[in-house]
Amino acid sequence: MTDERILLEARNIRKRFPGTLALDGVDFRVFAGKVHAVAGENGAGKSTLMNIISGTCTDFEGSLTVNARGVAMIHQELNLVPWMSVAENIFLGREPRTRAGLVDTKRMEREAGSILEGLGSTIDSRSPVHSLRVGEQQIVEIAKALSMQAEVLIMDEPTSSLSEKETEVLFGVVRDLASKGTGIVYITHKMAEISALADHVTILRDGRLIKEVPLKETSIDEIIRCMVGRDSAGFTHGGDRTPGETVLQVEGLSLQDPAGSGRARLSGIGFEVRAGEILGIYGLMGAGRTELLEAIFGCYPGKVSGKILLRGRPLDNSSTHSAVRQGLALLPEDRKLAGLVLGMDIRENVTLAALRSFASHGIVKEGREKDKAGEYRERLGIKSSSLRQEARELSGGNQQKVVLAKWLLTDPSVILLDEPTRGIDINAKNEIYRLLDELAREGKALVVVSSELPEIMAVCDRIITLRDGRPGGSFLREDFREESILKAALPEN
Amino acid sequence: MNGKIRSFFAKPVVKPLAALLLMAVAMTFLSDKFATADNIFNVLRQVSVNLCISVGMTMVILTGGIDLSVGSILALSGAVAAGLTRNGLAVGGVFVGFTFWGGILAALLTGAILGAFNGLMVTRFKVPPFVATLGMMTIARGLTMLYTGGFPITGLSNAFRFLGTGWFLGVPMPVWVAAVIILFFAFYMKKTPTGRYIYAIGGNQRASLLSGIRVDRIILLVYTLAGVLSAVAGLLVTARLDSAQPNAGAGYELDAIAAVVIGGTSLSGGRGSIAGTVVGALIIGILNNGLVLLDVSPFWQQVIKGFVILGAVIIDKFSSKNQY
Repeated sequence: MTDERILLEARNIRKRFPGTLALDGVDFRVFAGKVHAVAGENGAGKSTLMNIISGTCTDFEGSLTVNARGVAMIHQELNLVPWMSVAENIFLGREPRTRAGLVDTKRMEREAGSILEGLGSTIDSRSPVHSLRVGEQQIVEIAKALSMQAEVLIMDEPTSSLSEKETEVLFGVVRDLASKGTGIVYITHKMAEISALADHVTILRDGRLIKEVPLKETSIDEIIRCMVGRDSAGFTHGGDRTPGETVLQVEGLSLQDPAGSGRARLSGIGFEVRAGEILGIYGLMGAGRTELLEAIFGCYPGKVSGKILLRGRPLDNSSTHSAVRQGLALLPEDRKLAGLVLGMDIRENVTLAALRSFASHGIVKEGREKDKAGEYRERLGIKSSSLRQEARELSGGNQQKVVLAKWLLTDPSVILLDEPTRGIDINAKNEIYRLLDELAREGKALVVVSSELPEIMAVCDRIITLRDGRPGGSFLREDFREESILKAALPEN
Repeated sequence: MNGKIRSFFAKPVVKPLAALLLMAVAMTFLSDKFATADNIFNVLRQVSVNLCISVGMTMVILTGGIDLSVGSILALSGAVAAGLTRNGLAVGGVFVGFTFWGGILAALLTGAILGAFNGLMVTRFKVPPFVATLGMMTIARGLTMLYTGGFPITGLSNAFRFLGTGWFLGVPMPVWVAAVIILFFAFYMKKTPTGRYIYAIGGNQRASLLSGIRVDRIILLVYTLAGVLSAVAGLLVTARLDSAQPNAGAGYELDAIAAVVIGGTSLSGGRGSIAGTVVGALIIGILNNGLVLLDVSPFWQQVIKGFVILGAVIIDKFSSKNQY
């Protein structure tokens, strides 16, 4: 039996963000020499909890006791300076000095080398970080954490961009560190990794601790059961809509990595949506949901292959402009970054996509613009002091309605919605759900991407899942069960 | 009514306008030469060149870009107009003569081509506007030197000289040209879809793209227009001096940027107006004129101008309700 020393103990942690309770009375302990897996759907509160125990976030309720020399966190996006050497990265901001006060490069490289050696790695501490593969960069991050004497190491989905072989190496390092007494916190969606590595499993859901159990005493099925079962917002499905003809049909859609790695970001995706139907696309963070919508909408000209048919005719998705002209609309995930011009007022935002239709002889008729914008403000219940109010001053729910109004003015036949209710309060959510139902009844074809199972199950007629850019499962309404949908979205291996 | 008054004072153009009026009143008291018709027209004629450039610069800056090449484009366009109308063009042994209007057209075309080149660099090759137009600044200056051989082209036609020094209905010709350009583009920016798109792109390029706006096309258009307006300025300068100087327009980009900034247009794009820029250019013009009338040394003039630019931006930053 290894020692049961508690390195870190968090009790009754509560963290409030505007509008939501991110963590609600969570207890969490890290033992020396153990691997603690943390599982939960997107938005369950994992990241918030990790930010609190790593000391990044200090504004919370509850108590946190740390008996470790240091707590280090390795983020999913690595925080290395690409043009600096491995040694320089490891000692960034803490460089050993010579007596003259200059950086002691030799000593730095020697010490970095010995830490890497201790991790069983052969990385040259002098090579620049950008020349390393992602798996090697991860090792550098771990070495950096160890150089800071960290006894607790938090890893956020460390294998998400690693090859199988790199994953093996990482697992070896993690097991080795644990056997030397480091406490590891390991966030993952991959059930196989939990069974392979974890001593303890912690499951969060809606900011609450659902279960904390030694791996031996539970099963993968039980873990999945604990992850699902979130509260529904109270909206129930319209149910009695009758879908018409097929409007959008996608077959074998593939997307090259927009970043240019040459790999396929999406491949072999297919689905169809009919008029008056709401199709849900479910997947975990990074599964490619947003990219799928953007690929259809013409955001990646030249990188998309496969067949996309609009009412049986090939869709021209060579630009967002042509997509809009053919009757597509996209409500982006981040409305502030991609949906609104925050410095413009409600009227200007609402008419932006259909502005040409308000012009006669090349001149925009402001009166007609005001009438239309006012009409949609009424119809969607946008709460504002006037149409002249700037978009930035509106609440999240009202901002989303402005984006929706912008698209309704173009009278689209297909509306793609990416996380339409992210970050908006429960009443506004229900209003958005009602609007989606209304639009479907008017005969529009809707595609809703969401990472919230209860939401997508309440709103949609059918659901497909994506996993790692590939098709997962497909579910009809009568087959909607949280566990099976989640299972079809979890990465294999 | 109250709301209308308040929204008028909330307009970003009001502060520079107040500053302009204050300066004009102060100058009237400080120098009895200031408020004479001669001097006023003198100021306006001097400002008209900067006004033409600044209107183009305003549109570029509204998209979130910058154009450093305006001064060089001015020089090349002016040289092309002067050279072609005076000497014509020999293509493969064939001589082509240019009329006054032919020369004007060639100059505008030169500005359009160089501006479009800037636009292509920014949109197709994703070169940051600062770097793209810095390159063009050097390229166009070099082309001007090549074309003129480094010597001024002198001896222009009467029509040409009229453009620079003539009067029409009691107002100098350059002032007419600037006024027409200002009125046209102020209307264009406020009333046409393209004008609205220019604001939208500067406010949020991604949201504009996702609204189906052809962002690249608009940016290309804006740099092209900036080139054409620089060419117009080049014609005015050349006509006024009755010669095309190879180093004409050097440093003019800075005066244009200053006018835009003093006029309350945000360098990060999306916010500002042609009206503000006009006020900004007039402030610089009156400052230049006033400091000369008051016998302030030219070295101090530069120092003072610099502080006015800084002051304008600081006042704008701290009194604006939209800080981000």
